Amino acid sequence: MTAFLQSEFFHNYCRSSSAMIGSGLMAFFALAVLIGPFLVAQNPYDNATLNLLDSYKPPMWLEGGDPQFPLGTDGQGRDVWASILYGARISLFIGLVAMIASCTIGTVLGLIAGFYGGLADSIIMRIADIQLSFPSILIALFLMSAVGTGIDKVLIALTAVGWVVYARTVRGSTLSEIEKEYVQAAKVAGLPNTKIIRKHVLPNVLTPLIVIATIQVGTFVLIEASLSFLGVGVPITKPSLGLLIKNGFDVLFSGLWWTSVFPGFAIMMLVFGINLFGDFLRDELNPRLK
Amino acid sequence: MTEAAKQPLLDVHDLRTHFHTFGGTVKAVNGVSFDIAEGEVMGLVGESGGGKSVVGFSILGLIDSPGKIEGGQILLDGEDLVKAGEARLREIRGREISMVFQDPMTSLNPLHSVGRQMDEVLRLHSDLDAQARHSACVEMLESVGISRATERLRAYPHQFSGGMRQRVVIAIALLARPRLIIADEPTTALDVTIQSQILKLMRRQIAEKGASMILVTHDLAVVSEMADRITVLYCGNVVERGRARELIEAPAHPYTRGLIDSIPDPSNRHERLKQIPGTVPDIRNLPQGCNFRDRCPRAQALCAEIEPKLSAQRGSLSAACHFPLNPGESA
Repeated sequence: MTAFLQSEFFHNYCRSSSAMIGSGLMAFFALAVLIGPFLVAQNPYDNATLNLLDSYKPPMWLEGGDPQFPLGTDGQGRDVWASILYGARISLFIGLVAMIASCTIGTVLGLIAGFYGGLADSIIMRIADIQLSFPSILIALFLMSAVGTGIDKVLIALTAVGWVVYARTVRGSTLSEIEKEYVQAAKVAGLPNTKIIRKHVLPNVLTPLIVIATIQVGTFVLIEASLSFLGVGVPITKPSLGLLIKNGFDVLFSGLWWTSVFPGFAIMMLVFGINLFGDFLRDELNPRLK
Repeated sequence: MTEAAKQPLLDVHDLRTHFHTFGGTVKAVNGVSFDIAEGEVMGLVGESGGGKSVVGFSILGLIDSPGKIEGGQILLDGEDLVKAGEARLREIRGREISMVFQDPMTSLNPLHSVGRQMDEVLRLHSDLDAQARHSACVEMLESVGISRATERLRAYPHQFSGGMRQRVVIAIALLARPRLIIADEPTTALDVTIQSQILKLMRRQIAEKGASMILVTHDLAVVSEMADRITVLYCGNVVERGRARELIEAPAHPYTRGLIDSIPDPSNRHERLKQIPGTVPDIRNLPQGCNFRDRCPRAQALCAEIEPKLSAQRGSLSAACHFPLNPGESA
């Protein structure tokens, strides 16, 4: 621990205001996601706690606002603040799980393509190229319309979109790693290929992935929000931040702006925080920028 | 040092390794034969692109596509490695034959401690338990001249200097007690002062452990210090071979003469350094006749027509030349 506190990484972190703000925002959302639901009285998913008489209350500092609902309520009388806390949970869960799945699948495919080359390489990389020529939201949209909606389907769609960037990065680094003599030396020592990949190639290609993975959580939160906004994302009973925006969007122009704007602001801050921290990681972990 | 009567440890016969590229077939190794007796050091000498490293990788069966061993035999104790399957080759790699690479900066994995990389070899090639493996590693590190070995096992490659790393690489190569070590330019990336230390170390280790070595290098000075016999390669062919001293003192092939003459002589500063004119011909379409004739001061009409075969010359030397040099004669 003291070693970490004395490290260059930590030193640079303390000097970088964008890293501080980014990680501060991430910490805030992490806390909100973990303990937020215990801090609000209302469970927006539980219809029994809702009261239609509370519908479309403005934020508490406006006329007609109720301190019980600091950011106002929506058409069903749901507290917007509570909805954001619950919605951020779903958004972040989807972002993180889809990132882990994409990273795993992409890394494995990238290692295979890079290490073995030949036919496997051609097939994997051509699929990746084809996929990159479509906007990712379009691919997700196609998939969702084919397999239906639901959190699991969103995860599948995001993973199908997200693995490509890992596969390409890992393949590139693998190609340069296997030229190095320690990989040759491992072959000469008689190590089987799977062991060489696991012990010698994989650990040496991981660093750039940390940055990609961080930024990708933000991207995935946004894609999920877009999908939900388009109506093919998460189910309406478990609204993510994107679905909250959509629900409020219907009444946005009747002056009931708070139902859309606050969840939108929450997404913005979440992704902003992730990107700030991701940029800091990129600068720190990229030896060429030092 | 060695008796010709003994069965050689390794007998490479008419090895041909070709690379099939879009630009044509590169005959990187084209009919190379040599043998190594037990405990012998054989120098494999030639210019860049002469096929030296390819010979080393061919022996270990590590020629990647588009390369392929097209013919010949590599007999290790009578067992043909060209015909051996991948599983058998993996057993041989590291245990029977191991390799020391050129650049110690990249031949160790930067993310694993030295101890772990040593342990990996032993785990693969011995039945020792963790305790015994650890003490074997300590002992080996000490024997290559690294003090405080127990402590150093936990260190990472970046904590070692270049020369120290090459010692570690040598220790790893020797760990499983292989019978043959292929050293591919083991001192090229090192300081001159470190070079001689490492060479002495390798020489001593090999003698102690009774192993044989193929020393691949372009540096005749290194090879003359180390090798019992020398094989000179040019364009994938053996052009000359023989006992080290005879070959260095009075080579029969003009190419060998040229290599020796191009070593700078500090006692003769005012004379321009001699060099072999021209460059290595395009190995994809070699000319008819002798490959060296365009660069050879002794070439005659015959050299353009008939490719010289390796034939016995004076003493222990064999050379592939129609007009071999006599002792003292310059090229």
